[in-house]
Amino acid sequence: MLLITCPHCGPRPELEFVHGGEAHIARPAQPEALNAEEWTEYLYMRANPKGLHAERWRHLHGCARFFNALRDTTTDQFVVTYKTGEARPDLKGPAA
Amino acid sequence: MADLMTNAPSMARHVLRGRLEALLAAEGALGFALPREACRSASLNDAHALWLGPDEWLILSAPEAGLGDRLEGAMGAHPHSLVEVTDRQVGLVVSGIEAEAVLSVGCPLDLDQAAFPIGMCTRTVLSKAEIVLWRTGPETFHLEVWRSFAAYLRAFLTASAVVPVAD
Repeated sequence: MLLITCPHCGPRPELEFVHGGEAHIARPAQPEALNAEEWTEYLYMRANPKGLHAERWRHLHGCARFFNALRDTTTDQFVVTYKTGEARPDLKGPAA
Repeated sequence: MADLMTNAPSMARHVLRGRLEALLAAEGALGFALPREACRSASLNDAHALWLGPDEWLILSAPEAGLGDRLEGAMGAHPHSLVEVTDRQVGLVVSGIEAEAVLSVGCPLDLDQAAFPIGMCTRTVLSKAEIVLWRTGPETFHLEVWRSFAAYLRAFLTASAVVPVAD
C-alpha cells in the first residue's frame, strides 16, 4: 500500500487520505472585482503538469489536517510533504 | 472468542479544540497536561486525553465526574471548542493474544508494539469505518466507534476472529 507522510503523524497508509486539488491557489482578495474570465481562471483552470505537482491533501482519517505535498504525476511518488502555510519546497522534478 | 470484544464502561466524551491559553486552562481543570506529541494519550484516574490532531483532543471521563462542565468553566474566557460527543460513539475493548491480528484484518496500520506502543492513539480506518484506535495494554485496544457503525464493526470483528477451517 502507498504510504503518505503526514507532516503531523508521520508515514500512514493512503486509505486515510483524501486529495484536495492543486495547492497554493489563493482566493482573490476582492472576488466581486473580477470579471467572468478572471473568475473562471481562478475557479477552474489548473496547471495539470507532467512531473512535480504541488497538491493539497487531507489526512481525513487521522489528524484530519490539510497539508501540501509535491507528487510526481508520472510515477505517483510523493517527493515531499509540508504543512499548510509553508512555501513550496524548491525542488526540480523530472519535468518541472 | 467470547471475551475478545467487550463494551467499554459508560463514559462521557468531549472533543476539545483550542489555542494555548484555552489548553492551559483546560489542563488546570483536568489536573494533567494534554499530550502535545502526535498520537499519544495521557491519563489521570478515570480521565483520559487522546491526541487527535495538532489542536484537537478526545477527552474521556467517568460520566458522574462532570468534567465537561468543569472544562467549560475553566476555559470560558478563552476562545475554544468543546463538543460533547458522549452519545455519538461507543467504546469497544478488543483484548487477547490475537487482538493485534484480528484488528489487522481491517486496519492498515502497523500494530506491532514497536510501531504502535501502549498509550498510542489515532483516528484511522477499520474495514472502511472510521475509528479511534487506542492501545491501552500489550494485548488490549480501546476502540471509539461511531454508534451507527458499531453493529457493523462488531460483526466484522467477530467474523475476523474466526479461524478458517480446512475442508
